[in-house]
Amino acid sequence: MDPRRSQKIAFAVLLLATLLVVLPVVVILAIIVAKGASAISWDFLFSMPREGMSAGGILPAILGTLYLVLGAVIFAVPLGVMAAIYLVEYSSDNRMSRLVKLAIVNLAGVPSVVYGLFGLGIFVTFFGFGASILSGSLTLGIMILPVIITSSREALESVPKHFRTVSLSLGASRWQTIRHSVLPHALPGILTGMILGLGRAAGETAPILFTVAAFYLPRLPQSVFDQSMALPYHLYVISTQVPGIAENVRYGTALVLLTLVLLLNLAAIVLRSRFRRKKKW
Amino acid sequence: MKSVQARKLKEWVIEKSILLSGIFSVVFVLLIFLFLLREGFSLFRGESVIDFLFGKSWYPISDPPRFGILPLILGSLLVTLGAAAISVPIGIAAALFIAEIAPLRLREALKAGIELLAAIPSVVIGFIGMITLGPWIKNLFNIPTGLTALTGSVTLAFMAMPTIVSIAEDAITAVPRQYREAAIAMGATQWQTTWRIVARAARPGMLAAVMLGIGRVIGETMAVMMVTGNAAVIPTGFLQPVRTLTATIAAEMGESVQGGPHYAALFAIGIVLFIITFLINGVADLFLHRSRR
Repeated sequence: MDPRRSQKIAFAVLLLATLLVVLPVVVILAIIVAKGASAISWDFLFSMPREGMSAGGILPAILGTLYLVLGAVIFAVPLGVMAAIYLVEYSSDNRMSRLVKLAIVNLAGVPSVVYGLFGLGIFVTFFGFGASILSGSLTLGIMILPVIITSSREALESVPKHFRTVSLSLGASRWQTIRHSVLPHALPGILTGMILGLGRAAGETAPILFTVAAFYLPRLPQSVFDQSMALPYHLYVISTQVPGIAENVRYGTALVLLTLVLLLNLAAIVLRSRFRRKKKW
Repeated sequence: MKSVQARKLKEWVIEKSILLSGIFSVVFVLLIFLFLLREGFSLFRGESVIDFLFGKSWYPISDPPRFGILPLILGSLLVTLGAAAISVPIGIAAALFIAEIAPLRLREALKAGIELLAAIPSVVIGFIGMITLGPWIKNLFNIPTGLTALTGSVTLAFMAMPTIVSIAEDAITAVPRQYREAAIAMGATQWQTTWRIVARAARPGMLAAVMLGIGRVIGETMAVMMVTGNAAVIPTGFLQPVRTLTATIAAEMGESVQGGPHYAALFAIGIVLFIITFLINGVADLFLHRSRR
């Protein structure tokens, strides 16, 4: 066949494949907005569920998810950023750093439901935290650790070598160099990782199934040792476990969850592209 | 002089905690495995590993209970194969388009779109799959339920694609420019260059992308639980309800008695999943390192 013609056909096929990947995002968004928007109201967002979740709002699920996500980030960000500093600034390419990198790859690949089992085994049972916000936050925190380490590493590695050599040659110690010449420039990248971690933690269901999630709990949690409802689990419950929930309530819950997660990810994408454009070195 | 000492002490503490944080990732991997073993091992006091892995019936609450996970393994395998058959060709093709053909602006937009697809929570994808895809498949094939292995495969294919596309795209972009220039200089068209030179050079990275995509599919829980119909029997075709390893854990943990054999069996499934994903990710990482070199 004429190579120019086969190129045309090939490009058309590739374009089609790309559309197949990207269009579902648009379709899913469109369906959920179209069918769920009618459920969104002040009352839906800011009041307690009533009558076995068939009426009222989803406030405890929204707040529960916020608490869980905050807890996860408070735990994972310091640990993740320090682990990234270790990998980029302190470790040479030795066996230890290879091992740490392999561990991070594997943490990223562990199925979310296995994180749930782990959280159940260690936090709920072994440490005796019970099914609680604390157990759920810690479980989610370990799950998002790879996300935070990877983005922080990229951010630290993007700071040019000579920033460090100049600082060291002026007599600054290694930590002073990191603290004052490297970290400030890596901050936007680290922040991006944190937001991505937030988004990931907010949407996960399997890790919180056995560690925190309450089926139906129409009151707000009082402490970190309380069980709590959470948005993704709530969506699972009302769409598969409880019959007779109005359709727009289901779609409305999905819309709230999707909006929360996509806004976080959009923020991360915008922040990262600005950061990249602003860099002058 | 005292302040210098104080500063040195402070830095010593900081540097040690940084080192410790680095080691924590390794500790967590070990802890996960350890706690799965701790809770799951008791199953193998009354049950042989062979009976567990290859037993044909999963009746965890009958008397006596049967803990054979072969139907679950086959369920996972079937759904994964279906998802791979759909997502691998589409994902690789999309990665080639984004990396080699799309103009810069479009490329950035497409990458953002794919990142957003990756970000959609699995419970939302499961919800949409259950409500839209399920009835559609039911009517199309005229079968009693739309929640089948096929529904699971299609749903999971969309969840594997972002992983496959973004990692394959990285691998394609990493192919040295000279390869393309040399091919074009010899009179190859852009498509010939892309397909015969660039795609071939990026092969190890693409293989890693496929493996990581498959790893994501095997570990996926909520979406697959919502759309596959949850029947723990040995599957004979794509148009039947099946039950995967992950969905079994998620669906049954709530009704199991802590410390009992059922509870231990669910943790033992966790061990199987952990080992499978550990292998997949380890091998994929090897390929990625090779492609970088």
